[in-house]
Amino acid sequence: MSAILRARGLGKSYRRRWALSDCTLDVPAGRVVGLVGPNGAGKSTLLNLAVGMLAPTAGTIEVLGGSPASGPAQLAKVGFVAQDTPTYAGLSVEDHLRLGARLNPGWDDALARDRIRRLGLDLAQRAGKLSGGQRAQLALTLGVAKRPQLLILDEPVASLDPLARREFLQDLMEAVAEHELSVVLSSHLVSDLERVCDHLIVLVASRVQLAGDLDTLLATHHRLTGPRRDPATLPADQHVIAASHTDRQTSLLVRTECPIHDPAWTVGQLSLEDLVLAYMGQTAANRNHRPALEALR
Amino acid sequence: MIWLTWRQSRAQAAMMAAALAALAAILALTGPNLADDYSTGIAACTTESDGCSQFVQRFFHDHQGSFLAVTAVVLVLPALIGLFWGAPLITRELEAGTHRLVWNQTITRTRWLAVKLGLTGLAAMTAAGLGSLAVTWWSGPVDKSAAHDFPRLAPLLFDARGIVPIGYAAFAFALGVTVGMLVRRTLPAMAITLAVFVAVQIAMPLLVRPHLIPPKHATIEITVANLDGLRGRPGTGPTEAILRTPDAGAYAGAWVLSGQAVDASGHAIDTIPLSRTGACAPPEGGPAPPPSGAKPGDALSGCFAELKRLGYRQQVTYHPASRFWPFQWYETAIYLALALGLAGFCFWRLRHRLS
Repeated sequence: MSAILRARGLGKSYRRRWALSDCTLDVPAGRVVGLVGPNGAGKSTLLNLAVGMLAPTAGTIEVLGGSPASGPAQLAKVGFVAQDTPTYAGLSVEDHLRLGARLNPGWDDALARDRIRRLGLDLAQRAGKLSGGQRAQLALTLGVAKRPQLLILDEPVASLDPLARREFLQDLMEAVAEHELSVVLSSHLVSDLERVCDHLIVLVASRVQLAGDLDTLLATHHRLTGPRRDPATLPADQHVIAASHTDRQTSLLVRTECPIHDPAWTVGQLSLEDLVLAYMGQTAANRNHRPALEALR
Repeated sequence: MIWLTWRQSRAQAAMMAAALAALAAILALTGPNLADDYSTGIAACTTESDGCSQFVQRFFHDHQGSFLAVTAVVLVLPALIGLFWGAPLITRELEAGTHRLVWNQTITRTRWLAVKLGLTGLAAMTAAGLGSLAVTWWSGPVDKSAAHDFPRLAPLLFDARGIVPIGYAAFAFALGVTVGMLVRRTLPAMAITLAVFVAVQIAMPLLVRPHLIPPKHATIEITVANLDGLRGRPGTGPTEAILRTPDAGAYAGAWVLSGQAVDASGHAIDTIPLSRTGACAPPEGGPAPPPSGAKPGDALSGCFAELKRLGYRQQVTYHPASRFWPFQWYETAIYLALALGLAGFCFWRLRHRLS
């Protein structure tokens, strides 16, 4: 399967600070990709590089086989709903639909108007008067009705309340199923992505920590609990992501392709949230070199 | 994209159109009367003994207020266009984040900027052109009567007549857009645009415009046309003569850059020293009123002869009034070139730096 997004050694720096560094990724087509990471991890930077809003400082990025924003053909293939879902405050909903129709040759007007009607938006209302959720829906409508192959959404639900959040994501999933879109969306909340994604990228401190299909990730990560032992004595194919110890017990989160045979361990299932938090915590611990576990005793 | 540009700027366009229409209406209502008054006045005064100078002075005095007001409108219009059309053109999008919406439609940024710059820029030039055209037409008679105090070629009036306002508007607009792209916030961009535009508008007539065409030089004798007065301490009679720049004959309507007194050896001097007993001294018993019927200056004819004998002259550097249109074309071309340069910078900046 061809990759919808291919990054090789991709990096972006603002003056001295690297917002994204050494990012190598292959995102397969036909997925709903969740990009997760704490605030400031570089999620927006990666997505903005993918739509050509930013130019890379290092490395290369290809989206649907082309260079981002390289021309009208490339722009037509990628839809983007930017962070905070910007719309023209002074223009009405109707004006936004007209904007979409005039600026996109592939515009699906029936789809756009149908969506707006279903959402109950007033065509004459100015976008500045819409609620956050309605504005996000309007921005999504512009992104979908353009009929792209890939839709990229940067924290689309960050400013929405839990109910609007759920509705928005549900609506997004319907659009994805109907139009066979590939989607990349970012969030700093795993719970948002859990419901909708089938592929996950974890970005922490400007680096990609983990990327893969959700099923694979969950199948290759295990929580091991057993008598206290040194993680260094584990078999070579088991990589420790997180470890915690009490006086008698050791609890590990390991990644391995092979089944766990050691009868000393009790093997437990992981939730997506556990997995993501473990990877985030790993980086935090490495970065600060803090003896967190010692302090707990 | 044309539709979007129109939709985004139609409020501003409507405001400008309304203001221009109001100005045009006022000028159209008063203009014909003004022209009639002037032509009948001029026709009547040619028969009078002292020519038309009295009528011309009175005519200018009567219309001085509106003359200055319409001139100010044309002077201020380009600055307003730069501030309210140029500076916010891009910053408004950047501040609201809507550039991230519009740059992800099926239209390249270059085309987006080209349409926005092109359409709004043309509208700016049209507005300034129409404003200047209306004012130039209306104030034609007043300009003629004001030629003494405000020659058309001199700064102030030159900047508010003819076609240069079109160049100013294009430049101010492009300047506003460029500054907006660099500082990315509307209010600071407006402030900087205003400061830079005013600085350029002051520097142009002082430093650049006089040299666009080499000025003419002339060395002329001191006559009643360029003698401003005689000065001296009380009781001692005049001790020095003060010159002014000539404004009649070949110098009518000219832009006189300098009128420098020189002595017999050609050295520039500030004032011309006079001897107390020479021909320029007043008659015994204080200045007598000139006999009626004598032209002013008759009493001083001896004095002028004396100054000529001593070799005092005036060196005048000037641009004759006939150069008005060449100057207008040159200056418009310069400002349009500046505007195009700034627009080119905007495209470069958009491609390489802005996000």
